[in-house]
Amino acid sequence: MKFLLDGVPRSALVLLALFFAGLLFAPMVANDYVLVVLVTILYFAYAGQCWNIMMGFAGQLSLGHALYIGLGAYITAALYVKFGVSPWIGLFPALAISGAVGALIGFLAFRFGVSGVYFAILTIAFAEFARIGFDHFTWVGGAGGFFLPVANYTQNDFFNLRGSQRMFYYILLAMTVAVFILCHLLLRSRAGYYWLAIRESPEAAEALGINIFRYKMYAVVLSAALTALGGVFFAFFYNNLFPEQVFHISRSIEIILGPIIGGIGTLFGPIVGAFLLTGLAESLREVMLRLGVDLPGVKQVFYGFCLLVVVMFLPDGVWPPLKKKLGLDRDTERKEG
Amino acid sequence: MALLEVSGISKSFSGLKAVQNVTFEVPEGKIVGLIGPNGAGKTTCFNMIAGVYKPDSGSVKLNGAAIGGKRPDEICKGGIGRTFQIVKPFAGLSVLDNVVVGALNATASVVEARKVAEEVLDVLGLAPKRMQAASTLTLPDRKRLEVARALATRPKLLLLDEVMAGLRPTEVDLMVRVLLDLNKRGLTILLIEHVMRAVMALAGNIVVLHHGELISRGTPDQIAKDPKVLECYLGEEAL
Repeated sequence: MKFLLDGVPRSALVLLALFFAGLLFAPMVANDYVLVVLVTILYFAYAGQCWNIMMGFAGQLSLGHALYIGLGAYITAALYVKFGVSPWIGLFPALAISGAVGALIGFLAFRFGVSGVYFAILTIAFAEFARIGFDHFTWVGGAGGFFLPVANYTQNDFFNLRGSQRMFYYILLAMTVAVFILCHLLLRSRAGYYWLAIRESPEAAEALGINIFRYKMYAVVLSAALTALGGVFFAFFYNNLFPEQVFHISRSIEIILGPIIGGIGTLFGPIVGAFLLTGLAESLREVMLRLGVDLPGVKQVFYGFCLLVVVMFLPDGVWPPLKKKLGLDRDTERKEG
Repeated sequence: MALLEVSGISKSFSGLKAVQNVTFEVPEGKIVGLIGPNGAGKTTCFNMIAGVYKPDSGSVKLNGAAIGGKRPDEICKGGIGRTFQIVKPFAGLSVLDNVVVGALNATASVVEARKVAEEVLDVLGLAPKRMQAASTLTLPDRKRLEVARALATRPKLLLLDEVMAGLRPTEVDLMVRVLLDLNKRGLTILLIEHVMRAVMALAGNIVVLHHGELISRGTPDQIAKDPKVLECYLGEEAL
């Protein structure tokens, strides 16, 4: 525990505690709509954090993270619907298979020197394989979609992940906090230092004794497996899966917008980015609704606009300058947090 | 047996013979200088020793074990640290963290690595800048950071590629003192250097390359008098 807090400024801890307490008690006051918005925010914060391990830490750009979301979702959902396997058990094969697929992509890319945009294209290609493959995979419904049984549950069935939104909210909050702490610890470990070194200069990293192939693989496999856990949540929260939606590249882009806008490679970037994007998008929707304007695609345009503003004026993302404003950058030893 | 034995290594880049049949050795505890005009093949030689390129022929041995063709990280683990002529700092990381990455080569503990890194930064006079991002350093400081990072890996043999370039004379003297001190403590050094004042002050032995071939080797005095060396540096007519 002490190691966890070592070197974190006191003001940051206070703010973090207040923030966490706010999230903890939010469902007590939030109505159903706000709760769904909060779940969406946490979902993007979680998935963004997972993606950040690969891109923000190890510098490997994935534009196909919807693949791992989809695999996690389909595997646990299929095991549950077809064989009655609890998602808590089903998540193990789901994470293992996603990690293995991540390893396959990583192996192909890193062994044969595919990097940069070409690596990104490879990740898109695999997500597209999956999208088209699942479109024709009739065992899980094909293009027609795969559905989990929905009923009005009088009480939460935690073991089978059936129940109220509030239960899902807390599960997701726990996942987000856990992955946040994991990333914090990783950044302070040898692997974290090695990832950052590889991100900054692979040649120099190699000359300092780092097996860059191995460490890039670690990042990809870990990121893939953790993202799949987000997919498990996705399946059991939304209860329906369509390949055209789950594996679509726009889903992959959605995941990475949060960390990009919040700040790539930072711990709070994905969280700040998710709050900003989803919060603003939902507000916009609300305003449009009040005004009685119905423009399809306005959300996407809005995302594009946010991205434009951030890239032009805050190329490091929102979090680094915000951190300075809040006076939390006394711990300037690492470009993190 | 010398610590590093390079025998007959050659390397061509699509027809251009960058290094041809070069043989030399670096005895344990010594400082050897590798000099030659631009394009002589010095850095290519370095890259073959450090594992960036696999020699087309010939062998590289560290402590008698063949290391030619191994990966750079394996060679670093084997005890050879290197710097880059064109510096490659981890720009987004602090100066300290740059060196910590190097120090993690010898220990898995970050706490331990930090201690080592602090010591190395002290030795190279970078301690006051340890919290700065490496991207904010001036070129001479970046050169120092290269040395610090390589040193932190705890090498037996340190390969220095033009670390004096761009340094002011007083800074050169400081770096020479640092290197001599490290050498006294048992570090073997092979350096590529254009700053003759540094080479003469440091190297007990010098190897001269020209057009990829070894044209002379010996003590600094012998090299300074060798007509072949004078010719390649000053031109035939000057003699």
